Amino acid sequence: MVFAAVFAGGIGSRMGNSDTPKQYLDLGTKPVIIHTIEKFFINNRIDEILVLCPKAWVAHTNALIKKHLPEGKKITVIPGGASRNGTLENAIAYIEENCKTDEETVIVTHDAVRPFLTHRIIEENVDAAIKYGACDTVIPATDTIVESTDGKMITSIPDRTKMFQGQTPQSFRLKELERVLSSLTEEEKAILTDACKIFSIKNKDVYMVEGEVFNIKITYPYDLKVAHTLLKGKDSND
Amino acid sequence: MINSVYRLIAPGMIEVACTQPDIKNSVILRPLYLSICKADQRYYLGNRSREALKAKLPMALIHECVAKVVFDPTGTFKAGEVVIPVPNIPTEDDEIIAENYRPSSHFCSSGYDGFLRDYIDMPADHLVRVPDGVDLRVASFAELISVCVHAVARFEKFSHKRKNSIGIWGDGNVGFITALVLKALYPDTKLYVFGTVYEKLAYFSFADGAYHVDHVPEGLKIDHAFECVGGEGSRFAIAQIIDMINPEGSIGLMGVSERFVDINTRMVLEKGLSLFGSSRSGVEDFQKTVDMLAEHPDMSSYLENIIGGVVEIRTINDIHKAFAQDISRHFGKTVLKWDK
Repeated sequence: MVFAAVFAGGIGSRMGNSDTPKQYLDLGTKPVIIHTIEKFFINNRIDEILVLCPKAWVAHTNALIKKHLPEGKKITVIPGGASRNGTLENAIAYIEENCKTDEETVIVTHDAVRPFLTHRIIEENVDAAIKYGACDTVIPATDTIVESTDGKMITSIPDRTKMFQGQTPQSFRLKELERVLSSLTEEEKAILTDACKIFSIKNKDVYMVEGEVFNIKITYPYDLKVAHTLLKGKDSND
Repeated sequence: MINSVYRLIAPGMIEVACTQPDIKNSVILRPLYLSICKADQRYYLGNRSREALKAKLPMALIHECVAKVVFDPTGTFKAGEVVIPVPNIPTEDDEIIAENYRPSSHFCSSGYDGFLRDYIDMPADHLVRVPDGVDLRVASFAELISVCVHAVARFEKFSHKRKNSIGIWGDGNVGFITALVLKALYPDTKLYVFGTVYEKLAYFSFADGAYHVDHVPEGLKIDHAFECVGGEGSRFAIAQIIDMINPEGSIGLMGVSERFVDINTRMVLEKGLSLFGSSRSGVEDFQKTVDMLAEHPDMSSYLENIIGGVVEIRTINDIHKAFAQDISRHFGKTVLKWDK
């Protein structure tokens, strides 16, 4: 079984607040989160979809899914956790409680605010998770990365040719992910917020799947403007 | 859903754009193999009028493709089935005029996005299943084969019964495929090919004769002819056909020319010739094409021989590489293996 876990924010604003989470804003004709879910919905490597969103947004998310998506694949909306790790743990807990799992079970985790992911990225994530146990989606860094331990002075400038920018999906064999997470102390859990980083620190292989420059994360109003621009143009609604 | 579409924005420049396919009504496909057509190459190189480029770009190129069904809300196809999308999409019904001649029809990669996309969204009735065993690289240019199949179907409609000999002018891909289709459908008819490049004429080993246009055997006559030359060569080909064709013969015009072509109408009248045009194809032609590919393995193996190269596509740069390879090729098809 391959599960897609779409992370739509752990701690969220309440409905009615002016700061609507970006994943619920419209991009073209649908909310961002729907565009993202649809990519997993049509992919036949994905057996089931989990959407993890703020508790107050569960009913709204369910309503959006009912409105925009046809029948055909199980989509479950559950509350996320207080942190990214907490959300990941909720996803794992749900799968373990409700589904049959084994060493072959794969979980593809993805940000709801990255609606531009492609078919190839999903396919290669599933393949790499099966083959290597864990994978991250990355693109070569275009800007020079500067390291600073105090935020004021440069500590080091790593060789850019060896630097990559992390995107999502991040995908794992579920059982391996559980074993790695359970080996963390509470202190480590608080610091290590990235599941691939946890694998890496625990000396586990993490394969790099080639991402796309346009697989952007819609975080700031500027990003939404870029996303709208990508959608504009001739026949953008065809 | 947001789909990534790789559009030609100006000659030689391809950029990603996004569209929103309707997953509640359209069948969603994933391209497997695509093939470059001369028309794509003309857009890519900017060999169209400024007005045409201004009107049609930006636009995703390529209308020859074989794809895998990813999702079908209509329940007509199962995920994983291999199909050929028919790029000519009618927008209205007409009992008389075929879908590929209706001015209202849309054609992918001519004013509408072609198949250089992450996903292709198509109406279910414009997909043709590919039978098992068909080489998918050959299936990638089934559209071109269907254009030849369509022309031969029109020939059947417009020509008289005596079909002792047929001449094909043009030693390129269209001439080669038209000749193959005719050989499969009229095995007892003498098939003669006329071209200008000896190396290309040598590929027509299945024909009864392949001649340089300047060295045609004395007294050779044909009952019917196909002009698959196009461009500046069209008028010379048509003139030679009119000279060599028997009275009341039919001439199928398939070559595209940017300029008007002079025709010896005096002899057309005197011989009572029928000239008919043929362009593009419809669903029925695609279905005939895949049936022929499955029923005539010889035809399929000849078609495998014209695959000039297969380019794996993972980046936009790879698309440029494929077009560059294609332009340097004097014969054969450039196939793109889609892994973008």
